[in-house]
Amino acid sequence: MKTRSALLLGSLSAALVAFALTSPRVVAADKVDPVADAKAFQNFFFQKFPNVKHEDFVNGPYSMNEDMKRQWQEKEEFPPYEFALDAGKEMFATPFKNGKTYADCFPNGGIGIRQNYPYFDEKEGKVVTLELALNRCREANGEAPYSYVKDEMASLTAYMAFTSRGKPMDIKIPDDPRALAAFENGKRYFYTRRGQMNFSCASCHVQSPGERIRAEILAPALGILNAMPIYRSEWSGMGTTSRRFVTCNSQTRAVPLEPQSDEYRDVEYFLSYVANGLPISGPGARP
Amino acid sequence: MASTIRVRATANGDITEVQALIQHPMDSGFVKDSKGELIPAHFIQELKFEYNGKDVFVADWGPAVSKDPYVKFSFKGAKKGDDLKISWTDNKGASDTTTAKIS
Amino acid sequence: MTTTTGPHPTRRLILQGAASVALLGLGNLPFGATPARAAANDKYPEAAFRQKSEADAIKALYGKTAEPSDKVKLDAPEIAENGGVVPISVATTLDKVTSISFFVAENPNALAASYKIPEGTIPSVANRLKMAKTTNVIAIVEADGKLYSATKEVKVTVGGCGG
Repeated sequence: MKTRSALLLGSLSAALVAFALTSPRVVAADKVDPVADAKAFQNFFFQKFPNVKHEDFVNGPYSMNEDMKRQWQEKEEFPPYEFALDAGKEMFATPFKNGKTYADCFPNGGIGIRQNYPYFDEKEGKVVTLELALNRCREANGEAPYSYVKDEMASLTAYMAFTSRGKPMDIKIPDDPRALAAFENGKRYFYTRRGQMNFSCASCHVQSPGERIRAEILAPALGILNAMPIYRSEWSGMGTTSRRFVTCNSQTRAVPLEPQSDEYRDVEYFLSYVANGLPISGPGARP
Repeated sequence: MASTIRVRATANGDITEVQALIQHPMDSGFVKDSKGELIPAHFIQELKFEYNGKDVFVADWGPAVSKDPYVKFSFKGAKKGDDLKISWTDNKGASDTTTAKIS
Repeated sequence: MTTTTGPHPTRRLILQGAASVALLGLGNLPFGATPARAAANDKYPEAAFRQKSEADAIKALYGKTAEPSDKVKLDAPEIAENGGVVPISVATTLDKVTSISFFVAENPNALAASYKIPEGTIPSVANRLKMAKTTNVIAIVEADGKLYSATKEVKVTVGGCGG
């Protein structure tokens, strides 16, 4: 309850500051207001963890625990995602059978653009994630799509994230009611309790970051996607954003959705947007 | 195929710091697969670093070294631009070798 | 080792391999003897890696016992974030170091890694080890023919031997 009222208070005051002059948007509290939501979301974490540097939230549980941070720094000296990164770089440069490459499908040849994903596609009327865009690129060039939860996709996104490291997340919500609806839908998915344990995404990653759930230290929701994809020691391998959502659902004993289903795309849109301004840190290493 | 060995060797004055990461499952022989079958032990036994024809570091490893093993050490006497030869052999007789430039 | 049928042919092969390596290494000594290994010996210390306890493994590897020393600096986390990948390093101010070895007391086999330190190599090693559960990590430094040790308990909440 405390968390919820703090969030509401935060969003209210942020809204007042940001929109003092555009009062019509403030009056209706049930209006979708991504700018105010993002501000409130970030302020909540900044106030809950006053000692964590803002750009450090993208390092997940390592931003909250000294002993773990040291283990992570040691890992980063020669990170376990190094092999995936190399594989991704090679895959990215290897032409499809038709001679085209991934670079032909993306702005700026796919380099340094991770921070702009997911984006809202106004033609399709839906959110398009980087993983989805990569598979669409493959299919458009006559190649079979990759599994969203396996190594190939993780390697490709690892390389694309690596070329974008340090760039602030920069998600746009166009002035389109469908984009606002997607954001709102993602937000609803994030805060809705589900599964046998009756947990929402927020139960762990907003209410309890830095605390242990069984043996693991929970990551803050703020910036959690900036580090994707991740090498998890627990998995002894790489995981995509899709894999992360699926595992999150199954660990709270909820039924996972299909990767890249509308809800997952929308929750990725919401979570990425509220992390706007925080740097891309992927690929990441996690326990 | 890409090498299984990644090396960073950096000379700073007389001392060269070497870090290596090797792609290898390092199966301990104590873990079961998804069908409940024991995955046989498969691990690197020896890892060697040679400089100027002489061993500067030799690792004897058992299956308790982590997957995709990592090691860091430093030695004296090398210069930037010199070669460092790295090779490993595992318990199934597989091996790999690479030569890295000291930077 | 005497069975001729079994579900794990590969494992049998490895055991046979182990036995022949041991024979090569030990000459005509009966199986189970634990001779000291000369510091300059280049053979893979198969017998030491097969011992269960750290005391037996140290004996098999070096043929002597170690004394604790504050000149051996062992660095390991208080709580391992994952038992499969525990960063452990050791450094020492001791002179004439010829080898550095790492043992994890309650792993199925205690000896994890042993490093030869030729002259000109700095006696300092960092590596990543698997730990089955909360237990002591022991680092042994062989210097001027003597053994010195440091021990630290590392708590493991997610074991490194699970599936």
